[in-house]
Amino acid sequence: MLVSIMIAGFGGQGVMLLGRLIGECAFEENLHVSFLPAYGPEQRGGTANCTVIVSDEEIAAPVAEELDILCAMNQPSFDKFIGKVKAGGTVYINKTLVNADKARERDVEIVEIDADNLAYQLGTVKVANIIMLAAFLATAKILNVDRAREVVLKKLGKKQELLELNRQAFQCGLEQAEKTS
Amino acid sequence: MTRVFMKGCEAIAEAAIRGGCRFFAGYPITPQNEIPEYMSRELPRHGGVFVQGESEIASIYMVYGAAAAGNYAMTSSSSPGISLKSEGLSYLAAAKLPAVVVSVMRAGPGLGTILPAQNDYFQATKASGHGGFRTITFAPSTLQEAVDLTYQAFEYAQRDRNPVIIAIDGFLGAIMEPVVLPPFKELKEPPKWAVTGKKGKMYHIITPATANENSQQAFNLQMEKLYRRWAQEDVRVEEYRVEDAEFVFAAYGTSGRVCKSVVNALREQGVKAGLIRPITINPFPYRSFEKLDPDRVKAVIVAEMAIPPQLLYDVRVGVGRAIPITIVRASGGNIISQKEAVEKVLSLQKGEMDYEEII
Repeated sequence: MLVSIMIAGFGGQGVMLLGRLIGECAFEENLHVSFLPAYGPEQRGGTANCTVIVSDEEIAAPVAEELDILCAMNQPSFDKFIGKVKAGGTVYINKTLVNADKARERDVEIVEIDADNLAYQLGTVKVANIIMLAAFLATAKILNVDRAREVVLKKLGKKQELLELNRQAFQCGLEQAEKTS
Repeated sequence: MTRVFMKGCEAIAEAAIRGGCRFFAGYPITPQNEIPEYMSRELPRHGGVFVQGESEIASIYMVYGAAAAGNYAMTSSSSPGISLKSEGLSYLAAAKLPAVVVSVMRAGPGLGTILPAQNDYFQATKASGHGGFRTITFAPSTLQEAVDLTYQAFEYAQRDRNPVIIAIDGFLGAIMEPVVLPPFKELKEPPKWAVTGKKGKMYHIITPATANENSQQAFNLQMEKLYRRWAQEDVRVEEYRVEDAEFVFAAYGTSGRVCKSVVNALREQGVKAGLIRPITINPFPYRSFEKLDPDRVKAVIVAEMAIPPQLLYDVRVGVGRAIPITIVRASGGNIISQKEAVEKVLSLQKGEMDYEEII
């Protein structure tokens, strides 16, 4: 098993955190995992992306020229990276900001999560990434969702008020995944 | 042994502390800022000292002073910063002072970009400063290897009384991977040669200068002997699926692991590919290339993130003229393309050979 995942979006959308948390969850399951941020001179509002590779064997290249999974948090990222997704791959889109029409002809599964709007309803757009993360975990079925939830909430649990918000966001992502599947 | 999920630069810093490092001086530069940041937080907790110098030059001379006093000392920087430290590195080598210097390479020349590259190969292996000194230079490819080599680097530095360089590219500095951290080493007494206060003992002189032509030449000859011993005893290399390989990649660091994927992909297609991955880029594993059988190996493909190529020189010295050498390359922050590397080998297999000359 080797799964290559790219998370991409605006700087400030929590793209790196999303990727890193997938990495942390895989780490807790004793899998081989690499998390590589594209850390160019990015800034808030610019584009950012990271590559996560999860495998049950040693990981050689920490980058992927063909992706199994793309998680696009905004339109420019979707447009830039959709071409890298393998036939049969999966694309998670933040439906609030991404129009996936140009990928409908392609042999890829599209999972649409209205992440920004749902996050607004929870109180802040900042948790859109956690909604996406939970939706990804629930549908991709690479990692154990319950254990992942524990890991994520432990990592994000430094401030009590944010912990509750993240818990709701995670739950929201799981429910959305159920609706779309 | 602790298994953790850590960022490259931070894991290297932690490995250094566990390996006995108790003094760090540095100056900020991307992409290695997490090393001094981590050191500033963690070193004092272990009784160590962190100093942010007023410049790279000041920092390396603080390391010089700390090393002279018998401490396990370290600094880190990235390409332009390593250039600034190069004078001090030469002084360390001349004064026979042990230290560990981490070079996190970024694209250049000049200020270049903050993005990862391997274009400081010459600097890390051949001319880390003036005067013709050498260092053992480790080029880890995974975070675990980086941790293990940093941990050991202090012992090599102390053994030889010479600086050791850990040369990585920005990818390895930024990556997060699971690593097993080694246990904390017990600190040793300062070595006999260190300047720790006279108090009735003989005084020690630590100096980067010699008195005259004969003493200078005697020093050079003594150091040459050390460098020769490294070539005999300290070369480290990974030979991956080379036994029956017809196409052999030569790559280190991040390019090394990219090429490992390429080798696996080619093997799946029935192409006999292999990889020679230098772990010490100095002393260089020439022997691994010398022993390649020209009757079997059709080409050696050097893959590095440097344009024009640099690793190519050492590979050419090892391979000689008997086997053609070609290259796959990238620079500026780009990583070696696996697709391009696979296609290169497939075209070589068809007999489309392009020879790469040293420029």
